[in-house]
Amino acid sequence: MEPNRFIETFLEESGELLASIETAALHLHGGTGGEREAIDQLFRALHTLKGSGAMCGFSAVAAFAHEVETLLDEVRGGKVPVTAELAGLMLAAGDHIRSLLEADQGGLAADETVEKSLLERIRALQAAAPMPSTPAMAAPAGAAGAAEWSIEFRPEPSILRQGGNPELLWRELRELGECVVTGHRDEVPVLEELDAESCYFWWSIRLRTTASLPQLRDVFLFVEDGAHLVIEPLAPEENPSPGPLARGAEGGEESGREGSAAAKAAQDTQAAQDTKALPSREATVRVPASRLDRLVNLVGELVMNQSRLASAAAQFRSPELAGPVEEIERLVGELRDDVLQIRMMPIGSIFGRFRRLVHDLSRQLGKEIELLTEGEETELDKSILDQLGEPLVHLLRNSIDHGIEDAGVREAQGKPRRGTVRLSATPRGSDVLVMIEDDGAGLNRDAIRAKAVAKGLIAADAQLSDKDLWQLILLPGFSTAATITDVSGRGVGMDVVKRQIDALRGTLTLESERGKGTTVLIALPLTLAIIDGLLVESGDSQYIIPMTAVTENVELPAAERCLRNGRNLIAVRGELVPFVDLRESFGIAGEPPELSKIVLVRYEDQRVGLVVDRVMGTHQTVIQALGRFFRTIQVISGCTVMGDGRVALVLDIAGLVRAANGPETERRRLAA
Amino acid sequence: MHAVNQYITFKLGNELFAVPVKQVREVLELGALTRVPTAPPYMRGVVNVRGKAIPVVDLRLRFGLPAGPGTVSSRILVLELLLDGEATVLGAIADSVHEVIELGQGAINPPPTIAMRWRSEFIVGMGRRGEDFLIILDVNAVFASEQLALAEPGAALAAG
Repeated sequence: MEPNRFIETFLEESGELLASIETAALHLHGGTGGEREAIDQLFRALHTLKGSGAMCGFSAVAAFAHEVETLLDEVRGGKVPVTAELAGLMLAAGDHIRSLLEADQGGLAADETVEKSLLERIRALQAAAPMPSTPAMAAPAGAAGAAEWSIEFRPEPSILRQGGNPELLWRELRELGECVVTGHRDEVPVLEELDAESCYFWWSIRLRTTASLPQLRDVFLFVEDGAHLVIEPLAPEENPSPGPLARGAEGGEESGREGSAAAKAAQDTQAAQDTKALPSREATVRVPASRLDRLVNLVGELVMNQSRLASAAAQFRSPELAGPVEEIERLVGELRDDVLQIRMMPIGSIFGRFRRLVHDLSRQLGKEIELLTEGEETELDKSILDQLGEPLVHLLRNSIDHGIEDAGVREAQGKPRRGTVRLSATPRGSDVLVMIEDDGAGLNRDAIRAKAVAKGLIAADAQLSDKDLWQLILLPGFSTAATITDVSGRGVGMDVVKRQIDALRGTLTLESERGKGTTVLIALPLTLAIIDGLLVESGDSQYIIPMTAVTENVELPAAERCLRNGRNLIAVRGELVPFVDLRESFGIAGEPPELSKIVLVRYEDQRVGLVVDRVMGTHQTVIQALGRFFRTIQVISGCTVMGDGRVALVLDIAGLVRAANGPETERRRLAA
Repeated sequence: MHAVNQYITFKLGNELFAVPVKQVREVLELGALTRVPTAPPYMRGVVNVRGKAIPVVDLRLRFGLPAGPGTVSSRILVLELLLDGEATVLGAIADSVHEVIELGQGAINPPPTIAMRWRSEFIVGMGRRGEDFLIILDVNAVFASEQLALAEPGAALAAG
């Protein structure tokens, strides 16, 4: 690896470490238990920052991380208590390290006074009188004296390459008490198969010590990943909980995860009953996102060429050809699903920064707010997640700033002082439903209505359902004025949020009850890269309609069209449905066929018909972006290259209905 | 010592233009384009270039000239642009594409500041090729701009 690759890797890793510092610090702040894991997580992160930072020449980072690590070590030793001050200090320390890193990369120089005051806070915590150790941190046997332990340690074979040295572990164990280490070499392979840099030994250790189980585990803290570690008391009657207390599992992602969960479970029962586990660390392979994107693109091209092959093979009607072509179709399908799966990431990976946002904002506004998150494990395509952060931040900000009332107001209304914002994600078919719920003041119907009338969006006597009224907030031009936030408590830039969600092919709806709170519902597709589409033709143009929007196809005899209030309507089983003729809307030349087809699509809660010449059938659509030159186009969301080399356009249903209705009709619809 | 650069020349009407060879990925015949509805007229649509859908711009319309007839000599120059730090591929329709030429720095004059039909910010300089003058375009600047017409207001071009 070249030196700059090291630095690149370090910077990438440091981003994750800082995020984990933040998560752990906020966890400490929450005071919901699991302090032990949070402290361990902090300690590990700072230790790595110190080590890798020094190696890559970030000496300021290394020096500062060392100070924080020393403090954490004292916390682990039970000398310094876990307090809100400690949690706050950890957050600030993470921020400072971030600014040190930015300074080293040519950013603004980090503020020296910040470092000085942080170091003073560290000293102040250290100077506080050594407190008696808490039960969770101290020896379980307590006054019962020394206990005998049996330890089995099978390190990951790569431990030596990673700079681990078992000898140092034994030295540390000997400091804890009397210790007999036995090396086992039964797993050493024959010479030809032996890799000189791998470790094939495993060890069993008998240790007599007054140290606690967590203290013993700490010895192995930096080598336990991928290792097999069993620590058991030999004299069960002297120990609070019998049986295997901690267990690690050998390598392999699946078993590794299970192992850490088991270890965590064991530790949780040992420490306290109601501890909340921190997000578990998964065994992963680090791959640049660009390489994944390339893989997805290649699979896209493969899918496309596979459909070319299939249509060419169909012409030959040869069984020798049909067999393998069918097999390739199956394999390509599997490959596509697997590759798209790789790019799926848990939505929890972006929840972390929201916790920080809520923490900072509630402090800044002097409100008491708790952020609850659910469904962190729900997965979405990385490309969607990358673009989801910004609108979610905006919505959370709205909830906190304008939704949740001040503590005093809440108490007067008989609500708990502390406001709650719930952020959740749930899979729902081919969609993921993301909800932001607050228990704040809710939307102000009268204020929104007055505003809409003043803006000429609705007639003064228009009868609107709540749902339609809320949707007005999402219209561009409604919320540009800041005054709406003063009266309704919502609306700044909601049209921007709506557009960002639309761009992800998602939908956004609002629910609200005055005095009870507001819920924003966002439905997102699982992936942007490949969708099931319905291929249709009008004239010589081909279009793809996302299958998720399609409800049914019907025929449209020319006589059944009618025009009412300037809108095209058609009767579908007795119900009048507005329709959009692609020929008209897109200005397609030529004569329409005698019998057009109409594809009914669902857009929000309304059905709309799309009139096309022909419906060709379903099509696996590898979507390509139209790019910056077409960024203002609302009716088309992308395109795809067909088997015959032509380019078909993917219809943007929301944009199409909007464009067809026009602002006039949209207003009428809402006023109707 | 002056660097010698290679350029590809093309025509719009009677005017001869040049763009650096290193920004031209390939030259295609003008085949079937997929029109994108509601796009401005100078965005002619998208074309499939070996599995990739590439946007295609009509240089005549983009430059504020009358629409061309679209003949057998019409070509699409597939350009590699760097816009706002983002690598972008764009097809550009020219009336005809001619040859690759070499021009030393010494053979390129700065654009004249007066009596120019073209906005000088899009022009690297004026080159000379025998009897002909050619306009060397800064294609990144041309397509980074949101302006519709690149010709100076009121300037008329005798486009053939």
